[in-house]
Amino acid sequence: MSLPESNVQQPPYEPKIIGFLCNWCSYAGADLAGTSRLSYPPNIRIVRVQCSGRVSPELVLKAFHEGADGVIVLGCHIGDCHYIDGNHRTSKRIPMLRQLLAYAGIEPDRLRLEWVSAAEGERFATIVKEFTETVRALGPIKQVMVTG
Amino acid sequence: MTPTHESEKPRIGVFVCYCGSNIAATVDVEKVAEYAATLPNVVFTQTNKYTCSDPGQEEIRKAIIEHKLNRVVIAACSPRMHEVTWRRLLQGTGLNPYLLQVANIREHVSWVHQDRGEATQKAKELVAAAVERVPLHEPLEPRQVKIAPSTLIVGGGIAGIQAALDIANAGYHVYLVEKQPSIGGNMAKLDKTFPTLDCAMCILAPKMVDAGRHENITLFSYSEVESVEGHVGQFRVRIKRKPRYVKEDVCTGCGLCTQACVLKDRILSEFEMGMGKRGAAYIPFPQAVPLKAVIDPEHCLLLTRGKCSMKCIKACGPGAIDFKQQEEFIEIEVGTIILATGFELYDMSALPQYGYGRYDNVVDGLQFERLCNASGPTEGRIVTKDGRVPEAIAFLHCIGSRDENTNPYCSQLCCMHTLKLAHLAREKTPARIYEFYIDLRAGGKGYEEFYKRVQHEGIHFIRGKGSEVVQDGDKLIVRAEDTLLGKVVEVPVDMVVLALGMVPPKDIENIARIFNINRSRDGFFMEAHPKLRPAETNVEGVFLAGACQGPKDIPATVAHASAAAAQALSLMSRGQATIEPIIAEVIAEKCSACGECIVACPFKAIRMDEEARHAYVVSAMCKGCGTCAAACPSKAIKMAHFTDQQLIAEIEGILGRMSEYELA
Repeated sequence: MSLPESNVQQPPYEPKIIGFLCNWCSYAGADLAGTSRLSYPPNIRIVRVQCSGRVSPELVLKAFHEGADGVIVLGCHIGDCHYIDGNHRTSKRIPMLRQLLAYAGIEPDRLRLEWVSAAEGERFATIVKEFTETVRALGPIKQVMVTG
Repeated sequence: MTPTHESEKPRIGVFVCYCGSNIAATVDVEKVAEYAATLPNVVFTQTNKYTCSDPGQEEIRKAIIEHKLNRVVIAACSPRMHEVTWRRLLQGTGLNPYLLQVANIREHVSWVHQDRGEATQKAKELVAAAVERVPLHEPLEPRQVKIAPSTLIVGGGIAGIQAALDIANAGYHVYLVEKQPSIGGNMAKLDKTFPTLDCAMCILAPKMVDAGRHENITLFSYSEVESVEGHVGQFRVRIKRKPRYVKEDVCTGCGLCTQACVLKDRILSEFEMGMGKRGAAYIPFPQAVPLKAVIDPEHCLLLTRGKCSMKCIKACGPGAIDFKQQEEFIEIEVGTIILATGFELYDMSALPQYGYGRYDNVVDGLQFERLCNASGPTEGRIVTKDGRVPEAIAFLHCIGSRDENTNPYCSQLCCMHTLKLAHLAREKTPARIYEFYIDLRAGGKGYEEFYKRVQHEGIHFIRGKGSEVVQDGDKLIVRAEDTLLGKVVEVPVDMVVLALGMVPPKDIENIARIFNINRSRDGFFMEAHPKLRPAETNVEGVFLAGACQGPKDIPATVAHASAAAAQALSLMSRGQATIEPIIAEVIAEKCSACGECIVACPFKAIRMDEEARHAYVVSAMCKGCGTCAAACPSKAIKMAHFTDQQLIAEIEGILGRMSEYELA
C-alpha cells in the first residue's frame, strides 16, 4: 500500500491505565459507581490493595515498565484512612514519584493521586473519565520505558 | 491440614458468573471462560448462572474435588460482596480459603461499561490477572480471637438505651457513654409521639431508669470516647469523664443547689431548646438519669471568674459540690461496640430568609415540642414570646431537606412530626393552622390514617414550600407558591414552626475517625450493606443503631438498635471470632534494621530486636495495611496476601493481555 502516512489505518490509541485502589474507601467507591450504574471509560484496570500506603514506588514503576500509559492511585481522604494515616505516606510518595518520572523523561501527569471515599461513586467515575482523557491526550508512553 | 495437592503444580479452576443477566448482558461470559481455558495452569473452566447460589457453589465444590483443583479464580461480583462466601466454600472442600482470587467483572465491568466488546475484553484481562496472581497465593490460617463479653455503646438516646437494655438483659455487660449530663437524647424533648399520641416521656422514662439501674450497665454520663485501639473482640477504649463539679455518688438530685445558684434562670437551657432557662448549677430535666446536678463550667462565676458567693455549696446538705474535680480518664476493654450518636437539626445559618434566630416567634419543631410539654417553659401553653395566644400558626415542611441547596435527602419523619404538632396546636389553641408542604409522606404503620385524621381537624394544607418569612408589626408573613392554585400566597400568622431536616451531629467526623468507619454522602455513618447489613459497619465488631446511620423515626430507631444489639450479642455469645491473617512479616535476613517500617506503621506494631538487629512485627497489633512493606528499602517485609510478587503478577497479567489486545 502506498497511501500517504496520515491515511494509514491504525488501531486507535486506547490508553492502558492501572488503578491502585485501597480496599476500604476507593475500591468501595468504585463498587458504588458500579451499583449506581455510572458509566466511565473501560481503560482502567483496578488492582486492589488494603491501603494506598501499600503502593510502593516499585509497583508504580513496574506498571509503567510493563507498558501502562497511566497509573492512578486512589485512597481514603486524609483523616479518613482506615489505617489512621497510611495515606499520609502516599500523599508524600506520589508527588516524589512524579518528579522521578519527569527525570526519567515520562510526563508526570501520567501518575495521579486522588482521594475517593466509599460514598463517592460519582467522584470516582468523574476522576476516571478525566484521567483517561489526560492520558489519551498525552499519547502512548514512550517506547524506551516499555522496552526498559 | 493442608492437602498435599496444594503444594504441587498449580491446577487452577476458573468460574465465570452470569449473575443472571447482571454480568451476561454486557460481558460475553462464555467467551471469557473459553479464553480462560487457554491461560497457563488453568485445568478447568465453567460458567455458572449464579456463582453465589447453592447450586452454583455446589458446582464449584464438585469441580474442586473432581479435578483436584488447588487454586480457584471466580470472576463475578466485587470481592467485597462474596469473597468471604467463597473462601468458606474452599474451606469446606479442604482447600485453604486464601487460595482464591476474585475478578470483579460486575461492579467494575458489566455495570459501568456498555460496549459488549470492550467489556468482554476487560473481563478477560481481569481474569488473566487473577490467573497470574493466584498460583502465588499461599495458604494462610485465620487468627482466632476471643470476644470479651462486653459492649461499648456510644450515645444514650433511645437507640443507645434500647441496645443497652437488650444486651444487658441477655447477661452481657454494657458501658453506656453519653456526652450530655443525662441520657434520653432527642426523644426526651418530645411531648407526644406520632401516630398514637403516647406521651414521649411516659414511654421513655422507664427505659431510662432501667438503663440507669441495671446491674449489667455502667453508665458514663457527661463523658466522651477519646480513643479506641485493638480489634473485634478486644477493643481498648479510653473514655474522658468531664468534671461535673458535683460528686455523683453523693448528690441526691434534690435540686437545692440549682435553686441557690446566683445565675438561676439566667442561662438558656439546652434541654428546653433555648425556650427556657436554667442556672449554672442545674439538673437538665426532672426525669434526668442520672438524676444528679451538674455545674456548667462555661457560665459558673466561680469557674469563669474565680469569684462567687458560692450559695450552691451552702445549699447542698450532703456536701456533693466539689470545684476541685478534674477531667478523669477511664480505660476499658470491650468485645463489641455500638454507635448510637443520633442526629441534630439542620443548622439554619445558611437559610436566613426564614428569620430563624432573628424573629422571636419563628421556632423549630423541637422548640415547639417544649412549648406543648406540660413540664416545658410555658407549662404546656402554646404562646408567643410575649405571651399572646396565637391566632394563626404556620408549619413549614422540608426546611433543610429535599433541597439542592441544603440537603438533597428526605428526612423522613418531619411530615409526620409536623402533622402531630399541628394536631397538638389544634388541641391547645383556637388558632388557624396552615401546613406548607411539598409532598406529604406518611408511609408507616398507622401514619396515613393519622394524616387523614389531622386533615379532618380543620387544618389548612397549602401545597407549596414556604420560601420566606418576614415580620410585619405583630405578624409574621409567610410567602409561598401555592402550586395547586398556581399563584404566590402571603399568609399572616403569629407563629412559624420550621420542620428542620435531620443532619449528622457536628462532631460525627471526629467519631468516624475514632472508630475508623466510613460515612455516606449525606454525612451519616455508612452501613456495611444498604439492604442486608444495615446495622453493621466496615469494621468488624462495630455496629450502628438509630439515626446516626440516617434519618429514622422512633419505631425504626428502636428496631435498628435491637438489630445492632442482636449482632453484637451473636458475636459475644459465640465467644470468638476469626480475623484475617493478612498481616506483615519481617524477613530477618533481609532486614538492615534501618527502622523505616517502625516509623511508617500507623499502629506501632513493629519493633526492633536490638540484639539480633532486625525489626519484627507484633502480629496481634498488625492490621495489615502494608504501609511498612511499601516503606521498606530492603524489601524485607512480606505483606501476606498482598506480596510484591502477587501484586506484580497481577499487573503483568493485566498489561500482558492489554498489549495482546492492542496487536489483535
